[in-house]
Amino acid sequence: MTPLTFDTVAVGDELPELVTEPISRTTLALYAGASGDHNPIHIDIDFAKTHGMPDVFAHGMLSMAYLARLLTNWVPQEQIKTYHVRFAAITQVGERIRCTGKVVEKLEQDGEKRVRLDIQAAGDNGEIKLAGDAVIALL
Amino acid sequence: MIDRKHIGLELPPHTAEIEKGRLRFFAKATGQTDPVYTDEDAAIAAGHPSLPAPPTFLFCLDMEVPNPFAMLDRLGVELGKILHGEQTFTYYKTVCAGDRVTYRSRVADIFDKKDGALEFIIKETAVTDEDERKVADLKSVIVVRNA
Repeated sequence: MTPLTFDTVAVGDELPELVTEPISRTTLALYAGASGDHNPIHIDIDFAKTHGMPDVFAHGMLSMAYLARLLTNWVPQEQIKTYHVRFAAITQVGERIRCTGKVVEKLEQDGEKRVRLDIQAAGDNGEIKLAGDAVIALL
Repeated sequence: MIDRKHIGLELPPHTAEIEKGRLRFFAKATGQTDPVYTDEDAAIAAGHPSLPAPPTFLFCLDMEVPNPFAMLDRLGVELGKILHGEQTFTYYKTVCAGDRVTYRSRVADIFDKKDGALEFIIKETAVTDEDERKVADLKSVIVVRNA
């Protein structure tokens, strides 16, 4: 595969999309352990119910990790300069996450050629879960 | 309501080691199949000294303290009432298994919306390596559901 370069990337280019497996309770247990985020709201239905939630729900940072895979599938991670998301909606157990991104700007910043991406993660029904942007350095 | 006197509060710095086994566990938990993140030979072939910590992993190691929710306790916020609102990473260098990273965090701001029904805590964290070089800056927006 030819490495991406600043000159070959155009505004409007889309990143190859990434769709995850459905998020199961096992996914959440594994992510709690691996991430160190042991907040019981994500793994203990009794705790979730006593705090006004009908069920446990996915860690926002799990989807942010999925969305990071979209980026590192596109460029080596050391080329990622900034990565920002807003968590727009809760992700329920059973949902698949569809990660997409596109180039919205080409810029020179800190002496480097960079592109800005709009990125998002959506659930099964298209509901936006995470929306944000990333700045990527390209040669 | 959270006491606004906590704006500017600095949390005790802490240092965490990036461990290979933990990175492989994180790769499994996040569906990562790129061998750069699990196979040290692939990581080295990609130019890293060992397995790299993936982009969001630095957020995780900030929880490697006896009480990862100490800031919330200090602010008097119940764990069951919070949501993660936004997260930002600014990267300066990639860190790998075997590296030790130090976290210095502060409460940058606290404000509310909807007549206090929602409160927002802005936490900013600077991450540095063993030589005090900048690794990344993290910014978290934490939403407190009061209503």
